Amino acid sequence: MFELARSQLLDPTGLDQSDIESTISRLAGGAVDFGELYFQRRVREAWSLEDGAVKNGSWDVDQGVGVRAIAGAGTGFAYADAITLPALIDAADSARAISRQVSQGQVRLAPAIQTPERYISVDPTSEGRSADRVELLRTIDAYVRSLDARVSQVSVNIAGSHEAILIAASDGTLAGDVRPLVRLDIRVLMEDGDRREQGFSGGGGRYRLSDLMTADFWQPQAREAVRQAEVNLRAEDAPAGHMTVVLGPGWPGVLLHEAIGHGLEGDFNRKGISAFSNRLGEAVASPECTIVDDGTLADRRGSLAIDDEGTPAGSTTLIENGKLVGYMQDKLNARLMGVEPTGNGRRESFAHLPMPRMTNTYMLPGQHDPGDILASVEDGIYAVNFNGGQVDITSGKFVFAASEAYRVKNGKVGAPIKGATLIGNGPDVLTRVGMVGNDLALDNGVGVCGKEGQSVPVGVGQPTLRIDGLTVGGTH
Amino acid sequence: MATSGSLTVAEWLANPERETETLNAIARRALDQASDGGADQAEVSVSSSLAREAGVRLGEIEHLEEARDRGLRVTVYAGQCSGTASTGDLRPEVIDECVQRALDIARHTQRDRAAGLADAALISESVQEITRGELPDLDLWHPEDISLDALAERAITMERAGLQADSRVANSEGGSVSFEASLSVQGNTNGFMGQRRSTSFSQSCVLIGEDEQGMQRDYDWDSARRFSGLSSPDETGAQAAERTVRRLGAKRVPTGPVPVLFAPPVAKGLLGHLISAASGGSLYRRSSFLLDALGESVMPEQFSLIESPRQPGGPGSALFDADGVATREQPLVDRGTLARYVLSAYSARRLGTETTANAGGIRNLRIDGPLTPCDKLLAQVGTGLLVTEVMGQGVNLVNGDYSRGAAGFWIEDGEIAWPVEEITVAGNLRKMFLGLSAAGDDTDPRNNIQTGSLLIDRMTVAGQG
Repeated sequence: MFELARSQLLDPTGLDQSDIESTISRLAGGAVDFGELYFQRRVREAWSLEDGAVKNGSWDVDQGVGVRAIAGAGTGFAYADAITLPALIDAADSARAISRQVSQGQVRLAPAIQTPERYISVDPTSEGRSADRVELLRTIDAYVRSLDARVSQVSVNIAGSHEAILIAASDGTLAGDVRPLVRLDIRVLMEDGDRREQGFSGGGGRYRLSDLMTADFWQPQAREAVRQAEVNLRAEDAPAGHMTVVLGPGWPGVLLHEAIGHGLEGDFNRKGISAFSNRLGEAVASPECTIVDDGTLADRRGSLAIDDEGTPAGSTTLIENGKLVGYMQDKLNARLMGVEPTGNGRRESFAHLPMPRMTNTYMLPGQHDPGDILASVEDGIYAVNFNGGQVDITSGKFVFAASEAYRVKNGKVGAPIKGATLIGNGPDVLTRVGMVGNDLALDNGVGVCGKEGQSVPVGVGQPTLRIDGLTVGGTH
Repeated sequence: MATSGSLTVAEWLANPERETETLNAIARRALDQASDGGADQAEVSVSSSLAREAGVRLGEIEHLEEARDRGLRVTVYAGQCSGTASTGDLRPEVIDECVQRALDIARHTQRDRAAGLADAALISESVQEITRGELPDLDLWHPEDISLDALAERAITMERAGLQADSRVANSEGGSVSFEASLSVQGNTNGFMGQRRSTSFSQSCVLIGEDEQGMQRDYDWDSARRFSGLSSPDETGAQAAERTVRRLGAKRVPTGPVPVLFAPPVAKGLLGHLISAASGGSLYRRSSFLLDALGESVMPEQFSLIESPRQPGGPGSALFDADGVATREQPLVDRGTLARYVLSAYSARRLGTETTANAGGIRNLRIDGPLTPCDKLLAQVGTGLLVTEVMGQGVNLVNGDYSRGAAGFWIEDGEIAWPVEEITVAGNLRKMFLGLSAAGDDTDPRNNIQTGSLLIDRMTVAGQG
C-alpha cells in the first residue's frame, strides 16, 4: 500500500526519500518538537440525475503538500499546491516561523510502516465506463417512479473518490495509504393533494463503484426513500415536551456522535473546555452502555487503515459499562496529555491541520428484544431516522433532528409524526438509558462530520435504545 | 504557501494586476481549449487567494498559518449537454486535462433545454458596461501586508481583554485574527471577462465561563474590508466575555406557546430560509414552501426586503453575478408581497422566466420598514423568549416546518429575566413570517443578510413538562 501511495504521489514529481528527509531536517531543528509533511492527491467524480435526465457530471482533482512544525502547543502551518522541492522548502520555512530559533536538525525516517489491509486499493474514478453510470441513474429513476404514482421528483447522485496520502515526520514516521470512497444517494418528493413530503436513502463505503451499481444494493435504497416519503405524507404534528424516546437501530446512533463523541475528543479535553473534561473513571451512562470508536471495520465509510498522521487506526473504548474510560487522540494532544495517540488524527485535506476526529462510533448491543422495548413505553415517541445533529461541547447540550418518527402509547406504535428536533444534555442523557436492544446496526454509509470548518466521512451505529426523558421539539 | 516561481506575498498584494493577468490568461486558455474541443459554449472561473491567520490561547500562540490557493472551474456545453470539472493545480497540462474531462462528461450527460450561458443580450450589456469603463468602484480592495506576528499580537490583546473582563471567565478556546485577499476572473465564450478583487479582515474571541452549575461558551467577532475598520481588540474581547458570562446559570422553561424574539445573528438565519425557499433550485424541484407564492403576501405589509448588490464595501457586493449578468438593486419582498424569485439564467429557463441576476446567490439583502428600538421590542414581547442561538438541522424547506434547539433569555414584564438553554422552538416558516410583528433597529451591517432582531408573534417552546 505504501509503495502504491508513493508511486502515485512522489514518482511523477521526481522527489525522493532524501529530499523528504532533508526538508524535515530543515523543518525540525531547534525548539521545534515535531515536523511533518503530508502529501495528498484526490480525484473525485460525480453524476447526478434530476427531472428524469442525467444533466450534470463533474470531475475534480486536488493535490498538494501540507507542512507543519509544532513547538510546545503551537503549530506553524503552510501548504503548497505544487509538489516540488522549492515549494516544499518555501512551505517548510513558513511553517518553521512558529519557532524563533533557527537551527537544523537531522532526521532519519524509519522504514515505512506496514499499512493494514482494511479496504481494497481500487480507484473508483477510473473504474468502468461513464455511460454505465448514466444508464444506472436512469434505471433507478424509472424504478423509483414505478413504485408509487405520487412520486413527483426523483434525484439520484452517484459519486466516487480516490485518494492517495503519504506522511513523513520527524518522529521517524513514514506511512502511506490509498483510500477509495463511493456513495449513492436517492431523494424522492411525493405529492398528495396539498401535501408535499421528502424521503431520502443512500449509502456507500470504501469499496468499488460497481458494488453500488448492483440491484441488490440500490433497489432497497430506492424502496426505502419512497417508503419514508409515503410515511411523511401521513405524518401528524409532533408533540412538544419532555417524554420517553425510543431510538431505532443504526443511523440514530448520531445521538452518540453528538451527545458523547465530540465531547471525548482529545483537544477539547486537554484544554478543559468539554463538559466531559477531567471525568475519566466517572459514571456518565447507565451500566448497560458500552461505546467504542472503531476505525478498523472493513470497508466502512468511517474506516481508516492509518489516520492522517500515519498512526494505525484503532478501536478505542470510550464508555465501558457506563464508565468513561477513554478519549480520542491525535499526536499533538496525546503528547500534551501524556498518553498514546489512538489513530484519530484526521484532516479534510493537505490544506487543513489534523485534529482528533471520530471514525465509526457505536454502542455495543444489550440484551433486550426491540419489540419488548417498544412494548414497555406508556407514552412517548419512536424515532427511527434522523437528519443529523449538533453539539455545544462546553455546555454539553446537543440536538438531533428526527426525519421519521411515530407516537407510542401503551406499548403500541401509532401514527407517524412530523420531523422534530430532540434536545438533551450529553453528560446525563445516557444515564437515562432504560433499555438497550440486542439489534446493533451500523448506518448505511452517509455520515459527514463537521468540526472547525473541516468535513470528514464518519460512521455511526447503535442498537434500539429507550431513553427515559428527552425534550421533543414539536408544535403541540 | 507560495508555489514555486510565483509572486511573494508583498508583490502579490501590491500588484494585483499582475496576478489578475495570469488568471486572465488561464481563463482564456481554458475557454479556447473548450471551443477547440467541440464545445458550443463554455464558462470558466479562476481564483487566487492569499490568507494569513494567527490563533492564540491563554496568551500563547496556538497556530500561525499562511495559505495561498488557486483554483479553476470550467463548464462546457455541447448540444445543450453540459460537463463541469475543477482543479486546484493550475499547471498548463492539468488545466488542459481538466477541460478534456469536462468535454468527456458532456459527451455522456443528457440534453437539458435549460442548459447554457445567460442570454447573449444580457451578457452583451455587461460587456458594454465594462467597455465603457464606467463601472462603479465597490470599495472592496484595501490590502495590507500584516505579518503573522502582528496578527498574533492583536489576538493576544483581544483575548487578554476578554479574560480580564469578568472573574467568571475561567478559560478560553482562543482568539484569532486573520486576513484574506482574493482575486478572481470569470469569463465565457459570449465575450464576457469580469474581474473581482476583495480583502477581508476578521477577528474572533471564544471564551469559557464557569459557575457552580457548569461551563458556558460564547464568542464575539468582527470583520471589515479594511484592517482599520475592525473594532478594537479590547472591545471584541470584552464583548465575548459579556456574552459568555450572561449565559451562566441557564435553565429550562415550561413547554407552551409564547412570542419569540430572534436576535440579529439568528434572525439572519430565518431570512436565509426565506431566500432558500424563493431560490430557483428549490422551486423547480418543487421543494419549497413558497411554490406558486409569487405576488402573494409573505410578510405583514409594513415590511420589505431589498437587495443592493452594488452597495459600496458591502459584505456581498458584486457588479456581476456568476453568469456574468449585471446586478441591480431590487426588492425581493415589496410591502409584504413576494415580488420575485431568486434566479440564475439556468433556473429562470427551468421556470420559464427571466434571470434576476442571482446566479451565485443574493447579495446584500436588508429589511426595510418601521424599525423598533430594542427596549420597545422587549416591552412588546411582555412575557416570552429571546433566542440568541439555534442548533441543528430542523428546517424543512419543502413544507416550511421549523424545529430547532435553542438558547437565549426569558423575557418577563418587558425585561430580560434569566438565561435559558436545552429547549426547542418550533413553528412553520410560512406562518412565522406572516406573524412577524416587529423588526428591531439593531441592524447588523457585517452580514450579507442585514437585519436587526425579528419578533415572531407565537411559536411553540418545548422544555420541561
